[in-house]
Amino acid sequence: MIQADFQLQRGNFSLDVALRLPSSGVTALFGRSGSGKTTLLRCMAGLEYQPGGRMVFQGEVWQNSKGFRPVHQRPLGYVFQEASLFPHLRVINNLLYGYQRIPATQQQLQPDQVIELLGISELLQRYPDQLSGGQRQRVAIGRALLTSPQLLLMDEPMASLDATSKAEILPFLERLRDELDIPIVYVSHAIEEVTRLADHLVLLDHGQVVAQGDLQQLLTDPNLPFSQSETASSVLQARVVNADVGDGLSELQLEHQSMLISRCGLQKGQATRVRILARDVVLALTPPDDISLLNCLETQVLDIQPDAGLNPNPSQVLVRLQLGQQTLLARISKRSAERMALKENQGVYALIKGVAVA
Amino acid sequence: MISDADLTALWITLKLALVSTFLLLLLCAPLAWWLAHTRSRSKVLVEALVAMPLVLPPTVMGFYLLVLLGPRGAVGGFLESIGIGHLAFSFSGLVIGSMLFSLPFVVQPLQNAFATAGGRVLEVAATLRASPLDRFFTVVLPLSQRGFLTASVLSFAHTLGEFGMILMIGGNIPGRTQVASIAIYDHVEAMDYAAAHSLSLILVVSSFVLLMLVFALNRRFKVVSL
Repeated sequence: MIQADFQLQRGNFSLDVALRLPSSGVTALFGRSGSGKTTLLRCMAGLEYQPGGRMVFQGEVWQNSKGFRPVHQRPLGYVFQEASLFPHLRVINNLLYGYQRIPATQQQLQPDQVIELLGISELLQRYPDQLSGGQRQRVAIGRALLTSPQLLLMDEPMASLDATSKAEILPFLERLRDELDIPIVYVSHAIEEVTRLADHLVLLDHGQVVAQGDLQQLLTDPNLPFSQSETASSVLQARVVNADVGDGLSELQLEHQSMLISRCGLQKGQATRVRILARDVVLALTPPDDISLLNCLETQVLDIQPDAGLNPNPSQVLVRLQLGQQTLLARISKRSAERMALKENQGVYALIKGVAVA
Repeated sequence: MISDADLTALWITLKLALVSTFLLLLLCAPLAWWLAHTRSRSKVLVEALVAMPLVLPPTVMGFYLLVLLGPRGAVGGFLESIGIGHLAFSFSGLVIGSMLFSLPFVVQPLQNAFATAGGRVLEVAATLRASPLDRFFTVVLPLSQRGFLTASVLSFAHTLGEFGMILMIGGNIPGRTQVASIAIYDHVEAMDYAAAHSLSLILVVSSFVLLMLVFALNRRFKVVSL
């Protein structure tokens, strides 16, 4: 468990949080610019000294009223928004900078392993100014990993990258999450990144925690901005049952139901998650068999919410659907909901227009 | 062509420039570091004090130093009383004087270098387990090479050209405190233009070569500038 309690006041901005975060998986600190995400992360790392703060990592006190352990004595890795490589060192020496500063007995991760994981073996002899933005950020991630951290803190590692570099980095972050057993606290204001990477979500606004909990729950909570936004979506856990069923498709199993997606290099038996936008879900009372949509899931109506949020659209409603243990969101027109006489606990078929593997 | 006395004067000039530059770098590094990173209000005061030698006539500083370091001055008198002897008209006095004279030329380049070499990369180094001292030697120093180079050259060259302050604090004792610039003045006063010419030419050529060397080095060092 990670305990992080911080209060601070800076001009108009104040931060007041008391967090208990799980010590496994990826926790996303999510919020708009200026919501205090980065400041909170810096306090957790000890880059910012805040008297009265309290930081306890798996029983080890890093900061309390009696003491403050300086950053260089904490077993953490930190990835900044800009790669901030040492300009006077070649890539290989950037990578080894931290590795050489931890005792040999704590060197859990080896350079070869990390270089392979991040695909940077071609770059080792270059200087940072000879790298692209995406390459630089991968080196920065590798450099942090090579201290074999017990906690990895990442401050919007993709925010300063263009779309191409982002697409290049994301798969590495997913491998990181899946292959290394390190808790990661990930700051972001991009919901797409969060839905792909995070297990646990903390929503911050004006320095306060608005909500925190399991990613799937928070995304489908009708009272939170996620489900109220134009890009409202649900994230569902699934498993690959057949990687190749012909026609370029893979078959997933989702709460004992079958779902077909375009093949994307997933292996049989592999757990994965899919992201479905609420506006890409169509509801039907009987299973139609004469339309082009591939996926049709049997669900039950949990509840029907009027469109809310900053710019509510009175013609729309948000239908929350129960799918086994998971929740699926559908955004349909109010008129359709009335015509179909949708009500709670009613069985409906959810037709999925688009699925993204997240 | 060059008299022994002139050679001695050149040697003293060189020694003075080297010693005072070396000591200045050593003493000013911590001061420049503090100035580059402090948020203290006294920063303005210290910065103004450091810049004073830029605006004061060298004779004014030389005069006060003479008063302070001389046998009846606070510092000189104390040194006299413990048997070391006062510092007026001595090489040590010259070093102190020229250090004071070149202070801003060392502090300012170092302060700029430290300001850019600090910040983010230092935080990165801290998250990579480097202690403060470790960070200074492995990150700050390599990234401020240019600042150190600039500071050394400015201080060295500035000391070569020093005149008024040295005349005040060092007197003009051949073989002990007579430096090249004063020797040239003496030659001109004695109407010995030939000797003044050869000594001046040596200073011109050596300064030029020195600066050439620096600009050449600077090109190479650009690789590591931030």
